[in-house]
Amino acid sequence: MKLIYKKPDAITERDTTYCPGCPHGIAHRLVAELLEEMDLVKKTVIVWPVGCSVFGYYFIATDAVEAAHGRACAMATGIKRVHPESFVMTYQGDGDLASIGIAETVHAAARGERISVVYINNGNYGMTGGQMAPTTLIGQVTTTSPYGRKPELNGFPMHVPEMLAALDGPAYIARAALDSPQHIIQAKKFLKKAFTAQVKNLGFSLVELVSACPTNWKMTPVEAMERIRKEVLPVFPIGEFKVAKGVE
Amino acid sequence: MEKKVIINEERCKSCGLCVSVCPKHVLRISDRINSKGYHPAELFDNEGCISCGFCYIICPDMAIQEVRRPEPVKK
Ligand SMILES: Cc1ncc(C[n+]2csc(CCOP(=O)(O)OP(=O)(O)O)c2C)c(N)n1
Ligand code: SF4
Ligand code: SF4
Ligand code: SF4
Ligand SMILES: [Mg+2]
Repeated sequence: MKLIYKKPDAITERDTTYCPGCPHGIAHRLVAELLEEMDLVKKTVIVWPVGCSVFGYYFIATDAVEAAHGRACAMATGIKRVHPESFVMTYQGDGDLASIGIAETVHAAARGERISVVYINNGNYGMTGGQMAPTTLIGQVTTTSPYGRKPELNGFPMHVPEMLAALDGPAYIARAALDSPQHIIQAKKFLKKAFTAQVKNLGFSLVELVSACPTNWKMTPVEAMERIRKEVLPVFPIGEFKVAKGVE
Repeated sequence: MEKKVIINEERCKSCGLCVSVCPKHVLRISDRINSKGYHPAELFDNEGCISCGFCYIICPDMAIQEVRRPEPVKK
């Protein structure tokens, strides 16, 4: 028998704290696989967020710090500047990165900090019970938009990669999805380019991963993956928005 | 034949994603119960599995620990 796939060693033996079918775990596995394949595990520092992935350091075995809510890009900036030889990345939800932490995110990108950002768009604040996030779709019911998100009251969904791609600092900006094996394979390719951008010292990099929150969406995991395809991807399309020379 | 898919039943949360993406429909949720209280997924038709790895790729809990492909038989 030939081994085709094997759980990465950088994924710890500890059970995750995520709900059944939550794609946070898929994103963790992709990060762990790439750090191993790119021989980065020993030199990596992951800055973890506030949100459901707050305990991420229990699940991926690298050096890690825990940032105050939204401040991951600011912390990562400091760590990378003091330890330029380290591979420094953040892992953040859409509440963390695009709501409370949007200033830190935009300015780290504008400064072209040599950090990589893994950004999980699950359309709400999962950890605190499903409040509206900057990524919540028009019409989507959440605990803070009980009649559905209304543009005149709540504004429009925020497209972070498209916004950041307009800046000069980023070297690689993309959006992928975690709903199907095909999209997950593509997501890994995009993440590899983002990590390569840092390894080659080309600038800031970010990959948004369109994810799900089956618990707060009140769906089975399989239904939640279908909702990504039917409702979320038409608003948040997969694509590469900035690819600097040398990232390929 | 040796199992093509190795499932760590203790890590499984019975989410059903592996079952939903298996192109050969050779996975199912079993009647067993693990220490977390979930019914773990199982490969019920090893012969029918094509070792595509889709179950591994989508499993959010790294419960699908290994996927293996039989070596081609030498003539
Ligand atoms: C300063 C501060 N404000 C608010 C909170 C409460 N809080 C905890 S997690 C969270 C939102 C997390 O949502 P997101 O970043 O989308 O992560 P998810 O859980 O969806 O993965 C909030 C508002 C906090 N912990 N700290
Ligand atoms: S609340 Fe949502 S994002 Fe958080 S672990 Fe559960 S399914 Fe995942
Ligand atoms: S490897 Fe492919 S065919 Fe085999 S059980 Fe997994 S998804 Fe099904
Ligand atoms: S995808 Fe993983 S956690 Fe979900 S049922 Fe299959 S083996 Fe269990
Ligand atoms: Mg969220």
